[in-house]
Amino acid sequence: MKVRLKIWRQENAKAKGAFVTYDFEEVSTEMSFLEMLDALNQKLIKKGDSPIAFDSDCREGICGSCGLYINGRPNGPEKGISTCQLSMRAFKDGDTIYVEPWRAKPFPVIKDLIVDRSAFDKILHACGFISVNTGSAPDGNSILVPKEYSDLAFDSSVCIGCGACVAACKNASAMLFVSAKVSHLALLPQGRPEARERVKNMVMEMDRLGFGNCTNTGACEAECPKEINLTNIARLNREYFTAKIL
Amino acid sequence: MSNIFNSSIGKKLIVALAGFFLILFLLVHMGINLTLILAESSKPFNVAAHFMGTNIIIKVFEVILFAVFLLHIIYVLILQIQNWIARPKRYKIPNFSQISFFSKFMIWLGGIILIFLVIHLTDFYFKSKFGHIEEITYDNIRYYTDLSSLVIQKFQIPGIVIFYIACFLILGFHLWHGFQSAFQTLGLNHKVYTPVIKKLGMVYTIVVVSGFTIIPLIIYFTQ
Repeated sequence: MKVRLKIWRQENAKAKGAFVTYDFEEVSTEMSFLEMLDALNQKLIKKGDSPIAFDSDCREGICGSCGLYINGRPNGPEKGISTCQLSMRAFKDGDTIYVEPWRAKPFPVIKDLIVDRSAFDKILHACGFISVNTGSAPDGNSILVPKEYSDLAFDSSVCIGCGACVAACKNASAMLFVSAKVSHLALLPQGRPEARERVKNMVMEMDRLGFGNCTNTGACEAECPKEINLTNIARLNREYFTAKIL
Repeated sequence: MSNIFNSSIGKKLIVALAGFFLILFLLVHMGINLTLILAESSKPFNVAAHFMGTNIIIKVFEVILFAVFLLHIIYVLILQIQNWIARPKRYKIPNFSQISFFSKFMIWLGGIILIFLVIHLTDFYFKSKFGHIEEITYDNIRYYTDLSSLVIQKFQIPGIVIFYIACFLILGFHLWHGFQSAFQTLGLNHKVYTPVIKKLGMVYTIVVVSGFTIIPLIIYFTQ
């Protein structure tokens, strides 16, 4: 099949950037979206043009490093997948496909479709962890965790930190990411000792980095490849108020 | 407590709490207005308006109400400006995946409501406070400003009726998202209660919008 790609090309963080149109005819419906870009890049390299820069690593939806804004949606037209899991079957012959990088002030473009997501790492450094003593591993069942909470914590822990929530949000808010990380640890007894400091520090860091503010629109939930839900954001708010006021 | 209101979540808390206050205020306002069309005479409305204008507790609440309006507006503006700054380069194709449709336009809906508020206050509130309104006697005892006649007189003009109804619809769109959003901001999200809250928000919005719109309509067509 044949597609017309309009891809954002930007030499570096300071360059202006613009859409470049590529008419690509050798597309198979068997290809994944990233394989299609690989094939296009091969063509560009053979022609002597610079290939389109984009991030990817595991290509099985767990590393969170790919992530493209395709036709107005993070990770393209299908629900609950990352960009690497998007197949060209989702498009029709003759489609025009706009490909943009995540757009948010804390995620500056490095080149073309690659953005710098180290803002997320900084939020995690602010306390997105638990402190554990070194030494022998503790017994697995020494701390009891109710099944209900372990399930909820697991649902939050599946966040891969890809940034689709920020990309989808009309305010470029990172609340879904932060709430998933806070929830994951707040729901488990191992996370409780540092829970108050964690939520305060992570929210402070999120604000400092210049992410927008949540307006409860739900675009993040709709676009999250791991389908993290808005109850996490409510839990983050509760944790924050408890830590700040009580 | 330190610097909670400097944080994004703290500012949102102010907007949500102010929102709740305004949600309650709308119910009280609507309740009094409905006496205009439910009662046979203009007495209940004028007496209620007199009470609202003179009672000392209500006067305290009046100041609180204006302060709450201001807080709601100022903090929303701060948050909104931060949100615009957070995405300096817009997408070529904007995102259509918002679950809550009206949430996309809250700031603009709010702006229209603010303009409406100024016009509405000039029409009635400032006139009753600083302007001249005819007085009316009930039971030969007390004098009341005849606010009822002023309302009825205003709603004889089709343009004003249409303007008010349009603004109530805009207010309804604002409340459609705002009501349940305020609960979420307070951290009140629960698998059993949240669907109930969402339904309650829809019922509240429909009641408030129909309650307010029916008044100019009935006055226009019957008086």
